[in-house]
Amino acid sequence: MSLSLLRLGAVVRKEFIQMSRDRLSFAMMVAVPLAQLVLFGYAINFDPRGLPTAVVSADNSALTRSLVAALQNSGYFKVTERPDTLAEGERLLDIGRVQFLLEIPAGFTRALVRGERPALLLAADAADPTAAGNALAAIGELGASALRHELKGALAARAPGAAPFEMRLHRRYNPEGITAYNIVPGLIGVVLTMTMVMMTAMGVARELERGTMENLLAMPVQPLEVMVGKIAPYIVVGYVQVAVILLGAHFLFAVPMLGSLTLLSLCSLLFIVASLTIGVTFSSIARNMTQAMQMSIFFLLPCILLSGFMFPFRGMPGWAQAIGEVLPVTHFLRIVRGILLKGHGWAEVWHHAWPMAVFSIVVLALGARRFRRTLD
Amino acid sequence: MTGAVIEVEGLSKSFGGKRAVNGLSMSVRAGEIFGFLGPNGSGKTTSIRMMCGLLTPDGGRGTTLGHDILSGRDAIKRQVGYMTQRFSYYEDLSIRENLEFVVRLYEMDRRAQRVDAALERLGLVSRQKQLAGSLSGGWKQRLALAASLLHEPRLLLLDEPTAGVDPGARREFWEELHRLAAEGITVLVSTHYMDEAARCHRLAYIAYGNLLAQGTPDELVARFERDPGFEAHGGVSRLEDIFIHLMKRSQGAEA
Repeated sequence: MSLSLLRLGAVVRKEFIQMSRDRLSFAMMVAVPLAQLVLFGYAINFDPRGLPTAVVSADNSALTRSLVAALQNSGYFKVTERPDTLAEGERLLDIGRVQFLLEIPAGFTRALVRGERPALLLAADAADPTAAGNALAAIGELGASALRHELKGALAARAPGAAPFEMRLHRRYNPEGITAYNIVPGLIGVVLTMTMVMMTAMGVARELERGTMENLLAMPVQPLEVMVGKIAPYIVVGYVQVAVILLGAHFLFAVPMLGSLTLLSLCSLLFIVASLTIGVTFSSIARNMTQAMQMSIFFLLPCILLSGFMFPFRGMPGWAQAIGEVLPVTHFLRIVRGILLKGHGWAEVWHHAWPMAVFSIVVLALGARRFRRTLD
Repeated sequence: MTGAVIEVEGLSKSFGGKRAVNGLSMSVRAGEIFGFLGPNGSGKTTSIRMMCGLLTPDGGRGTTLGHDILSGRDAIKRQVGYMTQRFSYYEDLSIRENLEFVVRLYEMDRRAQRVDAALERLGLVSRQKQLAGSLSGGWKQRLALAASLLHEPRLLLLDEPTAGVDPGARREFWEELHRLAAEGITVLVSTHYMDEAARCHRLAYIAYGNLLAQGTPDELVARFERDPGFEAHGGVSRLEDIFIHLMKRSQGAEA
């Protein structure tokens, strides 16, 4: 029996009708990307600012006051407590009331004026390294600039800016370190994986569970027709999701879009197909909808954790990077970030496009073989 | 066409070491309504599924409409109408959409006309836009029958089509089956209602995967009425008493 467009069309049509009847799932396909965009875009921030800081000052001079002011002006620190003793400050840090404790020792101003290079102690609660990392980096520059206004004239030579070690930070592509620029494009990959894999994984399992599979198998329809027919409608859904996130990225988060949107659409198609093949393959393995759901979640976790969406890809050990390299979402994230933030073209994108294509072909071949033609 | 429409010999199937069908041999002749009787779990559904190519038998062989049940699956699927025990059309599709889906899968021509004709015949024209899931048991069964007839099959396999259907709808359903048989369609129908058994041309009793007896209702009554140990219980029909008698006898043989 050869493939028939009429039969394939019948399956596609049926899937579309069923999709439109399932109002809740249909609403979720649009609402999920939007909700996640807002949730993750605003909630996840690897560059937290206004971190609570306690200042214990044993030296109250114009100089130290301006130092504290400069600290606050950096945006990273917010002086919320001014304990009288160091012990009290330590306690606040210990219980987590503040993230940082700045101690200005007695005689700081005098020592500075004499050119003795006095020490300031900044204790950080580094339990969450990402939370403190950027703030600590900022303090390096602070020393150089904060006291520049105060140390004029005869004291100019004492300006710490002349110190041999000045922190230099270069952040390319996202100079302000805005997490949303990184998270929002990444969301396209995660949201697509989530809906594409889950929705299609349920597809064949639903037919099994509702008993409609027996009827489908009794009719002259090919496994490939059923699989492709189930996949096709979700390509449309996937594009709607990409559009929702891109619009949100532009209007809510002002994420730069330097590269070609046409190229992005093309790569999205490749990624959507890769995700769908995984879903349909799960679907043909699972005996019921619960199993299909479990498999999707099991697949989803590495997609979020090992793809470079949540955590820096280069921070992972080699074996974890190897797993990440297999996942289509890893490559898609690099493509999306590359096109949007770096203005990548086809030449750069190609290196990440072909692994997704290979992945789809291998998985679809596995899935079509698994698809049962009988009830055995 | 004369002769056997279904011919199986020594058909066996086990699930997880449990024998569901044990060396079943039987034949169904062209144009007859063949009743397949047996208690729940006796192997009726498994047998029917093997006959229409949905299950691979462990042993034995057979043909359906002249096609081998192993190698001729695709051909069997095109020519057989199969009505599953459980309603297996899409509840979230309307009556019309379900029928349209089926005619497309069979690649029929004049599709809209065929769907219209089926709706007309069913008396469902006014309710064609209703979702299949909202239909009552009797209407679902009529829809399933109509859908399984869309591709003009020469053989209908009906697996307990009247389970959970009220007596009035059941009577109408059987009248429809006789009309179809008169048109030349062969019907194999499984049931455990004895009044339905009496309306079949020929019957096969099956229990615990074994064929117990085969013949016309009259033949079966004549053959087993005088069996030693046969008791008339005054059931709905003589056939029921014979059915119970055969069951007891096979249980005795097993023990």
